[in-house]
Amino acid sequence: MKRSYVVFGATGALIVVGAIFFRPPASADVPRLPADDAEILERLPMRSSDPRERERLRLHDALVAHPDDLGTALTLARLDIQLSRARSDPRYLGYAQAALGAWWELPSAPSDVLVLRATIRQSSHDFDGALADLDRVLAIDPDDAQAWITRSVVLAVRGRYEEAKASCQPLARLAPELVFTVCETSIDAVSGSAGPAYDRLSMSIRRSRRVSANEDADEREWASSTLGEIALRRGRDDDAESAFSAALAIDPDDAYVLAAYADLLIDRGRPAEAMKLVAGRTDNDGLLLRLALAEAKAHAPAAATHSEMLGARFEASHLRGDTVHRREEARFELELKGDARAALALARANWDVQREPWDVRVLLASAVAAGEPGTAAPALAFLDEHHLEDPRIRALAARLRGGAP
Amino acid sequence: MKRREGARRAIALLAFALVALVAWPAHAHKPSDSYLTLVAVGSRIDVRWDIALRDLDNVMALDRDANGTITWGELRARRDDVTALARERLTVRSGDDACPLNATRLEVADHSDGAYAVLRFDAVCPSEPRALDVDYELFFDVDPQHHGIARIDDGAGTRTAIFTFADRRQRFERSTLGRAHQLGAAIRLGIGHIFSGIDHLLFLIALLLPSVLVRKGDRRGWEPVGRWRPALMDVLKIVTAFTVAHSITLSLSALGVLRLPSRFVESGIAASVVLAAINNVVPILEEDRWTAAFALGLLHGFGFSATLMDLGLPRQNLVVTLFGFNVGVELGQMCVVAVFLPLAYLVRRTVAYRRVALLGGSVAIAGVATVWLIERAFALKVF
Repeated sequence: MKRSYVVFGATGALIVVGAIFFRPPASADVPRLPADDAEILERLPMRSSDPRERERLRLHDALVAHPDDLGTALTLARLDIQLSRARSDPRYLGYAQAALGAWWELPSAPSDVLVLRATIRQSSHDFDGALADLDRVLAIDPDDAQAWITRSVVLAVRGRYEEAKASCQPLARLAPELVFTVCETSIDAVSGSAGPAYDRLSMSIRRSRRVSANEDADEREWASSTLGEIALRRGRDDDAESAFSAALAIDPDDAYVLAAYADLLIDRGRPAEAMKLVAGRTDNDGLLLRLALAEAKAHAPAAATHSEMLGARFEASHLRGDTVHRREEARFELELKGDARAALALARANWDVQREPWDVRVLLASAVAAGEPGTAAPALAFLDEHHLEDPRIRALAARLRGGAP
Repeated sequence: MKRREGARRAIALLAFALVALVAWPAHAHKPSDSYLTLVAVGSRIDVRWDIALRDLDNVMALDRDANGTITWGELRARRDDVTALARERLTVRSGDDACPLNATRLEVADHSDGAYAVLRFDAVCPSEPRALDVDYELFFDVDPQHHGIARIDDGAGTRTAIFTFADRRQRFERSTLGRAHQLGAAIRLGIGHIFSGIDHLLFLIALLLPSVLVRKGDRRGWEPVGRWRPALMDVLKIVTAFTVAHSITLSLSALGVLRLPSRFVESGIAASVVLAAINNVVPILEEDRWTAAFALGLLHGFGFSATLMDLGLPRQNLVVTLFGFNVGVELGQMCVVAVFLPLAYLVRRTVAYRRVALLGGSVAIAGVATVWLIERAFALKVF
């Protein structure tokens, strides 16, 4: 009898101790009633003292007063799209769409509206819709440089390199030399000519710096980040780092460059530097992914928290039916959760939509980890067809083909 | 020297991480969503609507002092405006009859991308609706990419729906199945859990193996029972004690009174299987194994609750579900007993039963459960 009591007592004690020390984390969306009026619930991304926000409000009021003023609507939509990039906040894309509301669904929308609609559609990965809009613009006005650039970028994301490069051609006469060069070299770099592309673009950047030291900063930032990516294809990691640094010197907050640079630092086994680079940018899902990856590599204590946070973001985006983050989610599953099968399914579905080098890489890496080389066959065929040079991607492909590492 | 610098940098990073965690979480920057939950009970509908403070601020400037933050005071001051906006943008109808929304509470909740206002409404339809027509108009005028993510629960089932700019009106046919259906589903779930959860099954078998035997006077071995009655009583006591115990903790846990972390519970369950199996080889527990079954059943109840919670059960039907699940678990156990006991009783006199089934089986169960224990306690994969 006595021993039963011991078992009883011990189990009871364990439960009590467990309950005291291991209170489960309060579920995130449990409603609560704040006790203090001064409790800060939310910080807004933009204060109303921000000049761009004031400009937004002014344009918004003007549009409400004159709802059919296309000029105001376009200015407001452009500002919103810029803000969505600067703050990596997709809400502004919705605001931009609302600004164009009166013209959005028109069968014969003005070409300015179509270009912006293509940009917004491309941001939510409606690439076919975006291309259709751009083709309509160019049928009306073959001299619309913005439409040619956007078209080239969208085609490149889809892996349609020949058409993408053809779309750069008109820029030779419609756009500054640097823009034309970035457009062409970014395609050359992923289709077997990374070396010449690198030389050509660095020369063009040097030239433009001589011509206008302070103007066209956006273009030079774009050029530098492209140069960094070209260096990656050549396996010149040091060159890539200096190009990314140059881009960040122009705009230290550019999420695209920060992500690319952080990936490189993680690849080079310097996760602590990657952490430093993207620290404080947990607002951006892509940068949160890099932060969590770097922290996991560095065995940093916050890795689990950030990985969990990222999981909750993907959960929320599933609820709304979004699929725009499949590349990132595949990396999350593969590199943070260690679920190669889930990663492979995501990477394969992503492959049908986008074919940038990272899309190739995550599909190959997932196939290697899952031991299913067959699933990566389309990516391997793509590599052969376009001669993508990137040594990290080539190494993965070799592992898949050779069967052994 | 180099190493020391590395350490200093690590400390600096660590400090930063801590500050980042203490500081207010930044925006997730996902597109705008609201979360709408409708729970229909009779002719009444409980409405919970989570709307992002950022989105509310965008249309009604909640941040009154324009300092870039929204405080609880600022939100509370605009309570009537927020409620009015929400009521204007959501229409719930039952056939031709409107089910007017009466605001009951305003709270806040943290979602993965920031703070949301939680609005509660009581909607009362003139009669019990056969179908609900929901018309959702929130924010589409300012943000056509806004989505309303809805969950509709009518006691018989849960459905989800997404309201979008292009799809603002949706009809939800009410399930004709009521509580009986839900009870049935819960019972099936309970039975299924016994057969799918190998750890509970092994625990049960470890406890049942000696039931057709009694310990010899010197406690060093076993001898078969003479009649079937004491064996059956023994088994009934064990199984019932286990059920009563896990019902208690399962209910406490599901009702949110007491919860344990799953790693702790799962490790404990594995340990309990080890204990029950070893006891068949070396007596640790006394004759009346039902007390052990009761004590360990308390632990297993927390494990059952994790299964139930995964289903995201509606609160007001929790009692029905809990009852059904417990009944199902008991029925599942009875099935195991009904198969096991007659067989064991028939072969109880053989040496093989004592040597192979009882000793060998117990050692094997203890071995498997030890692996689970290690895996679960240290979160690693042995096999």
